[in-house]
Amino acid sequence: MGHIESSLARLGRLDEMAARDTPASRLDPRAKVAATLAFVVVVASFGRLDLGRLAPLAVFPLVLAPLGDVPWRPVLARLALASPFALGIAAFEPFLDRAPVATLGAVTLSRGELAAMVILAKFALSLCAALLLVATTGFDAVCLALAKLGAPRVVVAQLSLTYRYLFVLGEEAGRMVRAHGLRAPDAPRPTLRRAGSLLGHLLLRATTRAERIHTAMRARGFDGRLPMRRRWSFGRLDALFVGAVLLLLFAARAFDLPGLVDAALSGALR
Amino acid sequence: MSHHLVVVSDLRFAYADGTSALRGIDFTLHHGESVGLVGANGAGKSTLLLHLAGALMPAHGTVRIGDWPVTPKTLPQVRRSLGMVFQDPDDQLFMPTVEDDVAFGPENLGFPPEEIESRVVASLERVGALHLRRRTPHRLSGGEKRAVAIAGVLAMSPDVLVMDEPSSNLDPRARRRLIEQLKAFEHTKIIATHDLDLVLDVCARTIVLAEGRVAADGPTAQLLADDALLSASGLERPLRLQGCPRCAARSAAPS
Repeated sequence: MGHIESSLARLGRLDEMAARDTPASRLDPRAKVAATLAFVVVVASFGRLDLGRLAPLAVFPLVLAPLGDVPWRPVLARLALASPFALGIAAFEPFLDRAPVATLGAVTLSRGELAAMVILAKFALSLCAALLLVATTGFDAVCLALAKLGAPRVVVAQLSLTYRYLFVLGEEAGRMVRAHGLRAPDAPRPTLRRAGSLLGHLLLRATTRAERIHTAMRARGFDGRLPMRRRWSFGRLDALFVGAVLLLLFAARAFDLPGLVDAALSGALR
Repeated sequence: MSHHLVVVSDLRFAYADGTSALRGIDFTLHHGESVGLVGANGAGKSTLLLHLAGALMPAHGTVRIGDWPVTPKTLPQVRRSLGMVFQDPDDQLFMPTVEDDVAFGPENLGFPPEEIESRVVASLERVGALHLRRRTPHRLSGGEKRAVAIAGVLAMSPDVLVMDEPSSNLDPRARRRLIEQLKAFEHTKIIATHDLDLVLDVCARTIVLAEGRVAADGPTAQLLADDALLSASGLERPLRLQGCPRCAARSAAPS
């Protein structure tokens, strides 16, 4: 069935964008990984009703995307794909807390509704940042940067091998479903029962393949650590980038920027 | 170093489910020899290769590679002198880019960066794949994957090259290119394959396996023309040694 293969092709698209030469892709991967990690931590650190204070943080993805020449469509499509998780969590908030916080014309906003919006905003900001990181850096470079920044080598090896064999596994699943469909012309989509047996087979194939891969790795001297050959140099531009991001994060965290702008504007108007 | 490079003596092995895969294998390989390992499905070819690479340990008997008997302790030495190219290149190409993958072995052997770089370039050039160096392995064609997998092993400069079905899934031209490359390699080679025409081209000597034993060991030209031996081992003459069907039809036709 074609759609497994085409979803796989789409999966790799963001990653492939990183191979292009853009101002963002030229930055040291470590700088981008560190900046993104800090960004996600700061996004997560805001309280459950701090919607306004999250707003200035949107500057990070809004600046990084054009710097990396990343189109928004694929990013937003992936955001939508992952959104059920966030929606599932946010959906309950409006029912849990009905105390009103603000009135905009005829609409009264409850605390729960505001909290739900904060959850969605946090989700959108962090995931956008992560997706842009991959689209400007490439998954392998992200793994490597994580290792160089001190993440455990085993975790990094797992991450990078999982990504590599995701495609092989997906293609294998696609072939199995196609083979099933060809011999079950009236019900080309596997029933739940058959899907169980297909999945079981896939698991068995995956484990035997894992064994073969491990043998192949050992045969070339693998000792549990993936070598990291690429050398990067952390230059002035990289330092500037990290500095700018940290400054933005600090300002957003320490001051109520929208409140200050609001005060300044109303002061000017008076 | 002794001039016997690979010595296998009375090698026996049974899988955990009791299937006996090898029932006493003996042979000796000398430097620079090129040997075809042929036999029907289930004759024990792959099991034998896994023993050579030290991925399986002999239940009985010994395997020596160069100066080292294959034991868990000598694996690092064995892996320096024996390079194995696996049947499915996807099992072997696990690094993110082609050049990283070729560098994987030399990296593990602890070479300095300049040496690694020159090995990567030299081995990719050797298999005509230098232009692929920045590509992602899973996007390559079957022939390109095979070439890169071979480069990854060449980069470790092994004394012995062991290959499992190197010509499977290749188109005719890629297969021909592979044969030319194999002929040019000065390494000692063991090639397990069903492609008997490839054996005829590349290997002066052939070992025929049948039911976990060595059914015959001798000059390729002689063994691959021995119909009784071939049919007893579940094989056929290489296509090139079979009579031409067109000529046969012509001579059978009444003149």
